[in-house]
Amino acid sequence: MEKIEKMKQKNLKSNLITYAIVIIAFAIMQVWQISGNLSSLLSGLLVPICVYVILALSLNLVVGISGELSLGHAGFMCVGAFASAFFSKCTAGIITWMPLRFFLAILIGAAAAGVFGLLIGIPVLRLRGDYLAIVTLAFGEIIKNVINVFYIGLDSNGFHVSMKDQFSLNMEADGQIILGGPQGITGNEKCSTFLVGVILILITLFIVLNLINSRDGRAIMAIRDNRIAAESIGINITKYKLMAFTISAALAGVAGALYSHNLSTLQASKFNFNTSILALVFVVLGGIGNMRGSIIAAVILTVLPEMLRFLSDYRMLIYAIVLIAMMLINWSPKALEWRERLLDRFFHKSAKEGE
Amino acid sequence: MSFISYLINGISLGSVYAIIALGYTMVYGIAKMLNFAHGDVIMVGGYAAFSMMMYYGGNPVVAVLVAIVVCTVLGIVIETIAYRPLLEAASPLAVLITAIGVSYFLQNAVLLIFGSTPKSFQSVVNLPSLKLANGALTISGTTLVTIASCIVIMVVLTTFINKSKPGQAMRAVSEDKGAAQLMGINVNGTIALTFAIGSGLAAVAGVLLCSAYPSLTPYTGSMPGIKAFVAAVFGGIGSIPGAMIGGILLGVIEILGKAYISSQLADAIVFAVLIIVLLVKPTGLFGKQIQEKV
Amino acid sequence: MSAMLEVKNLGISFGGLRAVNALDLTIEKGALYGLIGPNGAGKTTVFNLLTGVYKPSEGSILLDGESIIGKSTEEICKCGIARTFQNIRLFKDLPVLDNVKAGLHNEFKYSLFSSIFHTPTYRKVEKEMDEKALDLLKVFDLDDAADYKASNLPYGKQRKLEIARALATDPKLLLLDEPAAGMNPNETKELMDTIHFVRDHFGVTILLIEHDMKLVAGICEELTVLNFGEVLSHGKTATVLQDPQVITAYLGE
Repeated sequence: MEKIEKMKQKNLKSNLITYAIVIIAFAIMQVWQISGNLSSLLSGLLVPICVYVILALSLNLVVGISGELSLGHAGFMCVGAFASAFFSKCTAGIITWMPLRFFLAILIGAAAAGVFGLLIGIPVLRLRGDYLAIVTLAFGEIIKNVINVFYIGLDSNGFHVSMKDQFSLNMEADGQIILGGPQGITGNEKCSTFLVGVILILITLFIVLNLINSRDGRAIMAIRDNRIAAESIGINITKYKLMAFTISAALAGVAGALYSHNLSTLQASKFNFNTSILALVFVVLGGIGNMRGSIIAAVILTVLPEMLRFLSDYRMLIYAIVLIAMMLINWSPKALEWRERLLDRFFHKSAKEGE
Repeated sequence: MSFISYLINGISLGSVYAIIALGYTMVYGIAKMLNFAHGDVIMVGGYAAFSMMMYYGGNPVVAVLVAIVVCTVLGIVIETIAYRPLLEAASPLAVLITAIGVSYFLQNAVLLIFGSTPKSFQSVVNLPSLKLANGALTISGTTLVTIASCIVIMVVLTTFINKSKPGQAMRAVSEDKGAAQLMGINVNGTIALTFAIGSGLAAVAGVLLCSAYPSLTPYTGSMPGIKAFVAAVFGGIGSIPGAMIGGILLGVIEILGKAYISSQLADAIVFAVLIIVLLVKPTGLFGKQIQEKV
Repeated sequence: MSAMLEVKNLGISFGGLRAVNALDLTIEKGALYGLIGPNGAGKTTVFNLLTGVYKPSEGSILLDGESIIGKSTEEICKCGIARTFQNIRLFKDLPVLDNVKAGLHNEFKYSLFSSIFHTPTYRKVEKEMDEKALDLLKVFDLDDAADYKASNLPYGKQRKLEIARALATDPKLLLLDEPAAGMNPNETKELMDTIHFVRDHFGVTILLIEHDMKLVAGICEELTVLNFGEVLSHGKTATVLQDPQVITAYLGE
């Protein structure tokens, strides 16, 4: 029992460190910002960083904990972004107190993305490995494409929907276009702040970390480690795979809601394959299944291109090289062996010196 | 008559997808990795051919050959530097992410060299169009050459893999790397050869793609790359006839979807068909069903 | 005494291959029963049929008088059959303790809400699970390794952990697939004692596949010998092991 207590303490400590890192980073940035020394570039990045951290955490739940590869997470983010922005736009005149409207919008974004996750998960989770990956990719692209062709307007008679153009909506004079096809949703009120972003990160972390340390999380990880054994001890595979996928989709929806309320114009084309891939890069670079790593990787890789601006045109080239180099150093068995030997020698030496 | 014209265009586009998908499928079969930089190799092939024709006034045949050589070498270099050290990594995702890094690298390197302005690519095919049915149906020379190249490549590749020694080595490595090594097959060499062939095919695809759709940018390869990946999965990833048929079907569905349903939804339709196929046949049209032994 | 497991005329074919044919097997409650036979005789296939991994082509399986044909692996586990695997299948990245707790999945429950908010119910139930899991680990001398990653355990202990995990599901019938494979004679001896203890202490019926004849002769009360998917011989252990047909099957002509 003592051993178990120790194990739990260790786990708890590790989780608390992760929360602390987020809070301390927030405090530092806040002080920096108030002192007026934060460049406008970096201060403009604060909310996007939060968005990507949440997206990375959500994807890590699928990739690291559930052990499935999703290449379409931007699709769920897209659903969350549009559902929440749509809600905000429709209720701008009804719910006048912005924080409440924003709060509801986030919930709706999460719920909509979660429902999509569930609907997509039911047929898709029967597939395995790379086939599952390609179908999630396909869904991500479909969601983006479909939103792109819809026009929705609102007037005194209610909603009007068209798939052709905004003039086919046949609205009254008082009507306003809410969703304008490829133009997306325009004229949004900016509600997202760094504080809201950090709170959402903490909530996401809370949900994910608590889930991992629970009966449900254990079942999800058991399936990841050995599906056949998990089945043999009476764990319902479909249920738990769906659970992980749906929660992850809902969290990606939260990221989307935060994202959409940070922009005056929201377009579906932003949620493309590259965004999904970017999230995957965060997860893999930060360590598959390692939530703290995901946060750090998401922050670094979002800030890095901005930090590299002095390289002007060479910026993205260097970024690509850094990415490849980091992957080779962190993952290549030969590099790992070499690193271990180096560390070993170093510690050996310092241990000897200590004698 | 317009339907037949669409159909032929679809087959032509599908032939390009098929050639790219062949590269995808071969690499997947042997290295079990999704090479997301494959699409960008196509783009490099396009630029190589473009430079030959623009700056060196070379004739199209030379341009195509140069593109093939450039891409083949590029494929081997990428495999050796970026992929080989990670093929035995703890997670198969490591090499996937590296492939994405390579993709960014190629796009941005080309961006630096050639700039972001689209280059207008001159078709490498100088054949006159074929007019049928008293001019109601016109098939461009490029279309004809594309379809013909695809058929030739298919036949040559199948023969190579089934009959030649290196081809048999490829099949052996894709079946069981360890066993192949024990039988004295040079596994690393075989994998490099696969990348070389795949990338050479990508060059051909790049030239054909740009001949049909003449605007060339550093991002030209990404969407066809993804589509070809879909085509490969569609046909059953790892299967060569699967990639071929998957590619052609995809091209036809895309063009017909654009023509008859909605040009904006064409991609969505392609992906939806893929999903339906996979739900009915979870390993694609020609994929092998592998059951885990308990 | 009534039969815990009653298998009648069980058969399955893979393509043209008849893997198991017309198998009859009756195991009394509380028995320690052995299933032996040369490699490829179809022993593991029988386990896979009993646990719903494969669907039989024909025949019936009654567990404690109730048919389990057509049920999924997960449902069969809930009916009371648990198993271990010939090629060890642990949850390799989870701690030893959590491997057993995963086995307690269906006995101890709380809602998803409790999972996410770590409510008092969560804490109470988790504590009960910890205690029960630790008790099980003690039986197999694994309690000291509770916080190890399962894949870091030595081979012999991994086999034991699999048995502990299977027992955690509170089965009526426990299927052990070559529990002594890869163990040294000392470990095997210990394992024999443990298996006896498990049967007596948990009141579970045990069916095991084994190649180690010492273990089989030492603990199995009854045997069925399979060869090429068919029953070659069955009965009391001592009698079966002297059956010339069995000796031939094992040693050749």
